[in-house]
Amino acid sequence: MEPINWHSVFFLLFALVGCGFSVAVLLTSNVVRMAFYLVLALAATSGLFFLAGADFVGAMQIMIYVGGTLVLLIFGVMLTARGPFISMRTPAGEWILGAIIGGSLLVVLLSAATSVRAWRPVAVAEGEARPTATRLGMALLGARVDKLEEPDPTQREGMSGYLLPFEIVSVHLLVVLVGSAYLARPKKRAVGSTAETV
Amino acid sequence: MAEYLQQYLPQSLAYLTAALVHAVLILVVVALGTLIFIWLERKVSGRIQDRLGPTRVGGKFGWLQTLADGLKLITKEDLRPASADSMLFLIAPYVSLCASYVAYIALPFADGWVAIHLNVAVFFIVAVLGLEVFGVMLAGYASGSKWSLFGAMREAAQVVSYEVPLGICVVVPVLIAGTMDLVAIGQMQAGWFFNWFLFHDPFTFIVFWVYFTCATASVNRAPFDLAEAESELVAGFHTEYSGVRWSIFFMAEYSSMVVVSALAAILFFGGWNGPLPITHWLGLADSANPLAHYVANLLGLINFLGKAIAGVTFMMWVRWTLPRLRIDQVMATCLKYCTPIAAFGFAGAVIWTFLFPGGLVIPNKDWVVQEEYQLDEPQAQSAASTSAASTSPLAHADSGLHAEEHHGTD
Repeated sequence: MEPINWHSVFFLLFALVGCGFSVAVLLTSNVVRMAFYLVLALAATSGLFFLAGADFVGAMQIMIYVGGTLVLLIFGVMLTARGPFISMRTPAGEWILGAIIGGSLLVVLLSAATSVRAWRPVAVAEGEARPTATRLGMALLGARVDKLEEPDPTQREGMSGYLLPFEIVSVHLLVVLVGSAYLARPKKRAVGSTAETV
Repeated sequence: MAEYLQQYLPQSLAYLTAALVHAVLILVVVALGTLIFIWLERKVSGRIQDRLGPTRVGGKFGWLQTLADGLKLITKEDLRPASADSMLFLIAPYVSLCASYVAYIALPFADGWVAIHLNVAVFFIVAVLGLEVFGVMLAGYASGSKWSLFGAMREAAQVVSYEVPLGICVVVPVLIAGTMDLVAIGQMQAGWFFNWFLFHDPFTFIVFWVYFTCATASVNRAPFDLAEAESELVAGFHTEYSGVRWSIFFMAEYSSMVVVSALAAILFFGGWNGPLPITHWLGLADSANPLAHYVANLLGLINFLGKAIAGVTFMMWVRWTLPRLRIDQVMATCLKYCTPIAAFGFAGAVIWTFLFPGGLVIPNKDWVVQEEYQLDEPQAQSAASTSAASTSPLAHADSGLHAEEHHGTD
């Protein structure tokens, strides 16, 4: 019996699920069904990340995209809905605009994917965890541990990690949080204490 | 396991079989766990209300009560309201169940007994458990009923808010351990019970209670079960459901209760390490003999399940003791109490690990087997402070990477 490469099988499976539900997002007109298909497409993308051995990015995809964004999206839809089941009709002009933007993005991504010189496989024994998070953490603190494994010694130079971007993003997020708390604060003190919803 | 199976099966089948065995074992845990915990819930609630609970079905303690309930639910008609969005209505219970089922994949049941040994297991479980609310929201929206929609809205608001303090609480043990790998976190707490992260410092002790409150809220249990508040919303998000689909929501609820309790057991209560280092006294855990190691893991499994069941029982105790909160009280508990206390505990734990890198109670845990983790602990706290880069980053990084290279015996 010909040995099956399960890696490829699952790659195809996740890719098909992701593409199929992305198309379904376009074709349906019911907003909540769109959100549901989008969740499935994004979850399939995270499956692809896990398959590639990037478990941190995969978990991040679930946490940020699948979890956060879609809960907020549906929350927004539910809060702003006027009728029971909202449906959206897309005008022809938006289809054309979307096709242009999506098509140009596809061209950029395809050219990027085909211009990679060599794909490096990750060899890891079964039952062992890949130490991905430690390296990412060290890189964010300024030490590029992954560069130690670079076979070419000239490539090992320049081990300045991502401490500055990390700090900038953290401060930025803090400012955004403070700003949102400021915007959401009660303008005047309510008379009854029961109106004190957060 | 796949390598073992390859001796008997063709390679392509061996991998599939290994994956199926893992999946089915987890499914058994989910299904059997639900069966047992619903019975336990009836018993616990009965005792708390000075009743007997189920006594007849299946003999002495009514232990077949849940099975009888299940049979009754199967015979019920699978109703679907005319105003419902039928596709989403039918699929919503399975979305909930999938989310809590997937969380088990990264959950170690004993030292190395884990379906997939993930490096970011803590993060993965927290991320996946957050998706359970999605099924509830779909159910509430798709039912086409005001009661369901209100229940789902409350659930969404509650879960989104409680993810913030829950995330902060989960980070504290990760910070002490210096890794998000649940197997490594469990191994670091081997030995006496004072090695558990609960007793690592006063801040982790506080953080555990905040974690448990937030976990109760995030799995939608009383006193935070506003999404199904019977007195106001009929039955909340599952008002329109009947029969098997209704019971699948409860399978999801009970299995995610087990997940959060098991996560608490690993993060704060030493996981599969008992209060006394019995397996080390008997020489089972560090023995080279695979059979002895297996026995040690089996004892560890009993320990681990005991802790998880204790956590779930505690949630039941709370449910039948405290009245349900109002929605504004739920939000105030989260944003005004849980989040600041969790943040305070986080800051305290950072300072504590910086001041006492080896822990205060027993500075030299001399008989702990994993010496490499002793090296790892100062590294973990120095990684928390940003000065790690200025000193020798490569040496730090090396010891950090070493901690990750241990072998699961799956």
